[in-house]
Amino acid sequence: MKFTKDHEWVEITGNEAFVGITAYAAEALGDVVFVEIPDVGKTLKKGDSFAVVESVKAASDVYAPVSGEVIEANTDLSGAPETINAVPEAGGWIAKIKLSDVSELDALMDRAAYEDYLSTL
Amino acid sequence: MNAESPKMNTVGRPSAPELAVETTSFKSLLGGRGLLQSEKLIFEKDDYSRTGVDFADIEIDAADLDGLLRDDLSLPGLTEPEAMRHYVRLSQKNHAIDLALYPLGSCTMKHNPRLNEKMARLPGLGDIHPLQPVSTVQGALALIDSLSHWLKTLTGMPAVAVTPKAGAHGELCGLLAIKAAHEAKGQGHRRTVLVPTSAHGTNPATAAFVGYTVKEVAQTADGRVDVADLASKLGPDVAAIMVTNPNTCGLFERDVVEIARLTHEAGAYFYCDGANFNAIVGRVRPGDLGVDAMHINLHKTFSTPHGGGGPGAGPVVLSEALAPYAPKPWVVAGGAGFQMLEHDEASSSANFGRMCAFHGQMGMFIRALTYMLSHGADGLKQVAEDAVLNANYIKASLQDVMSVPFPDGPCMHEALFDDRWLEGTDVTTLDFAKAMIDEGFHPMTMYFPLVVHGAMLIEPTETESKDELDGFIAVLCALAGAAKAGDVARFKGAPYLAPAKRLDETRAARAPRLSYS
Amino acid sequence: MRYLPLSSGDRAAMLEKIGVDSVDALFVDVPPSARRTGTVDLPKVAGELEVEAQLTAFADQNLSPAKVPFFVGAGAYRHHIPATVDHIIQRSEFLTSYTPYQPEIAQGTLQVLFEFQSQVARLTGMPVANASLYDGSTAAAESVLMATRVTKRNKAVLSGGLHPHYRETVETLAHAVGIETEACAVAVDDEADVLKHIDANTACVVVQTPNVFGTATDVSEIAKAAQAAGALLIVVVTEVMSLGLLKSPGEMGADVVAVEGQSIGVPLSYGGPYVGLFAAKEKYLRQLPGRLCGETVDADGERGFVLTLSTREQHIRRDKATSNICTNSGLCALAFSIHMSLLGQEGLKRVAKINYAKAHKAKDELAAAGFDVVTPRFFNEFTVKLPVAALPVVEALAAKNVLGGVPFARLQDAPGFENHLIVAVTETVSDSDIATLVSALKEVAR
Repeated sequence: MKFTKDHEWVEITGNEAFVGITAYAAEALGDVVFVEIPDVGKTLKKGDSFAVVESVKAASDVYAPVSGEVIEANTDLSGAPETINAVPEAGGWIAKIKLSDVSELDALMDRAAYEDYLSTL
Repeated sequence: MNAESPKMNTVGRPSAPELAVETTSFKSLLGGRGLLQSEKLIFEKDDYSRTGVDFADIEIDAADLDGLLRDDLSLPGLTEPEAMRHYVRLSQKNHAIDLALYPLGSCTMKHNPRLNEKMARLPGLGDIHPLQPVSTVQGALALIDSLSHWLKTLTGMPAVAVTPKAGAHGELCGLLAIKAAHEAKGQGHRRTVLVPTSAHGTNPATAAFVGYTVKEVAQTADGRVDVADLASKLGPDVAAIMVTNPNTCGLFERDVVEIARLTHEAGAYFYCDGANFNAIVGRVRPGDLGVDAMHINLHKTFSTPHGGGGPGAGPVVLSEALAPYAPKPWVVAGGAGFQMLEHDEASSSANFGRMCAFHGQMGMFIRALTYMLSHGADGLKQVAEDAVLNANYIKASLQDVMSVPFPDGPCMHEALFDDRWLEGTDVTTLDFAKAMIDEGFHPMTMYFPLVVHGAMLIEPTETESKDELDGFIAVLCALAGAAKAGDVARFKGAPYLAPAKRLDETRAARAPRLSYS
Repeated sequence: MRYLPLSSGDRAAMLEKIGVDSVDALFVDVPPSARRTGTVDLPKVAGELEVEAQLTAFADQNLSPAKVPFFVGAGAYRHHIPATVDHIIQRSEFLTSYTPYQPEIAQGTLQVLFEFQSQVARLTGMPVANASLYDGSTAAAESVLMATRVTKRNKAVLSGGLHPHYRETVETLAHAVGIETEACAVAVDDEADVLKHIDANTACVVVQTPNVFGTATDVSEIAKAAQAAGALLIVVVTEVMSLGLLKSPGEMGADVVAVEGQSIGVPLSYGGPYVGLFAAKEKYLRQLPGRLCGETVDADGERGFVLTLSTREQHIRRDKATSNICTNSGLCALAFSIHMSLLGQEGLKRVAKINYAKAHKAKDELAAAGFDVVTPRFFNEFTVKLPVAALPVVEALAAKNVLGGVPFARLQDAPGFENHLIVAVTETVSDSDIATLVSALKEVAR
């Protein structure tokens, strides 16, 4: 699993990846009440806002950690947004992306680097 | 007569509480709390056929509306006594200025004079139609002209657009005038608006709304705009800056004249958020500070009622440079009385359009003018001075108990505290605010401005007496003592005594129920 | 001064506590160039008696509608408001409270807003409604913005029957945010004309019923056609009382409804404040502009209400908010809700039928006197095409103490519509008022 400074995670299998927000982000947002998931088929450039996670006190854009095409979105989140709080880095995934440029992964942090980064915040 | 005879009470009743029973967990049968009645929704009545008006039920032959008539109307009706009960019961669940201090920072919750209400209802003012021939509403146009004169004189600005319906609508009006002015000068490429980090959320929202890119300007350690940072960001791409003065930390921008100079030098306009005008009305004229546009929340500075959240009114004063772009309609005085310029041909052809139907919040103009006439120039100056005095008194009285982020120098009309003093108590700003409810006060503005951690922004206004302030200060000192002494339950469970306990906002937002079904 | 409780003794004691000599020391941050000595050049403090006299002098220069036969409408209407309404809205707890940010001590306002939203939803035939906007015209503008958000298209088509002030308000806001608008030619009875202007970029079509000329239209077919083309149907209503008689926009298939609610509970007050009603289909719930009140429970499990979905709003979203609106029209929404409760479905139907009957009586009498009534189907407002220009006619009528209607030319310079006079007839109009109008018109409009 790889991480961004905007607190997204990427779990890679071949040239496909699940993406979501980190436990740190979910905790900071508080109780998630709504997730705006992306349309399947949408093409994303790295850094594009592709989803919105809302709590009572904040709404946060989720940025694409990698470029590619949305091949699946987690529709379960519509009925159960609290999944993001319960299991942010597993069942709380937001979209599955088919990568267009695997080399972009190199720029992302591994868990140890992300945790170091968190300790600086 | 033997006063101790037990017979004395055999036909009467005990005249003092008899037993020490535990009363805190008592629940009434219907869920109310004595005078605070539990009140159902009007939609929960079984019978929707009642009505509180006596109109005849006539038969009509609506031949021309064949196929257009509805048969699905389902709305509950109340007779007059039922309606009075319903709304009076509901009213008693509200806090209000008329009940107690309502120190919401940035909202200027001052006393609402009842003369304002009476004047707004005068026949010939409250009942006239916006499209009556102008010959039949000369008094209305004269009143708008008079209000305009007061606003222009108090702000030292040459023009005012009166139609915006609220503060945020006024911001929109100001920015659209700025945009139109730039476009007229061939400066339409200016796409950036600079906004300090401490700004009201409406400032960046409005700027982004009309297509500007918002750039933030840093704040200095003493809570003001960082002029060096501003200067470095001003350039040929900047259309305007939006600065609140006095700012949202309750401080006067000492460098405001320099800020205006730099802004104009860069070819940009200075939009001032006038939300805090109450602190300086009658004492400082924004026109003397170099402002190009400023909205005035009539419900703040000029005492029109807040009404549970509106209606407001947000006239915008404009500099000479922006005046030609003001939206229609426009009142002008002529030889034959006042005219209302409503069309592009008649009003300035440079106007940027129309903010709303008709001519603005006349009901609020009447109230605001009544208030201005009552105070006069001298009274309004005293308003600013007393508002500032009250805020500084609160700051001076609480600064040793709570922590102040910007301790040096006076504040203006509101006193800002942060939550450093709560560190280690397990009590948050929110908990502290909720405990104030149990003491009969409305909480202060919390967590705003965003630049101060756990912010508590207290705006007492000039209409509080010293006695009220002293009572408030004593309560806050005592609550602060309780927090520091570890009485966490007082705060975490608060409010205990309000008409409702803390509400589940998460539940409301996850599965929204916005209407009865 | 009667609104300022501090005495000079209080002020001195407070300055001492603060540790400064004079109040001037508290304004030390004001730049010297902006410091003023003395007061601005305006009158001084005045007692209630004097102020009341000044305001009464303004009022006396106006012709009160209560004193004359009154037929002025075109977006704002004179109706009877029960005495209870004004009494309740002047209760301190409603009048002098603010936005219910602290729901524990604002359940009164919040329950009223929940009931208001429920009433608006039922009246418009839509599943969800917000807690009100500034007025009908700004609600119409917001509806266009919302349509572009949900369709991700960028053009709005405005019908030729849309109130010109509404059209201009929509155009101003839409153009400010980069939305294209296309206005159909002014027409008394052609709301369906919007369909000819739909293209692949059209986010919505905006129609009005009854329209500015009074014409009521069944928009069901327009809804189907617009939706088939991927556009939303926005229905504007400026006379909310008409919904007591006419099919609701929801029943006719509207996606969004923007209504001026003034006719129920809110005095004319020369154009404002009024109350905008905004309702939409359920699927647009999270796209609604403005404040929303939602049901929930408190810590004891008791039902309660809170403002909800506020993350869409400016104070949290800042530069990503759905709109820049921060207030609703709270007290006017309360007035609407009280009046609506007093009417109920029965009262609303009755008063609507009386409006219909009186307006049609007026139309019949004008037609019988030889005037050309051009509105084919209407509720309480219709348009007469006079033989002469309408603007001088209403001035001549006013000189005879008759407020006879609104010339279309007052709203818009449109060739061919100089002679159109819009006449509104509500329950406040008597039979003799109608007779007076007819005879006065016969004299001045020949």
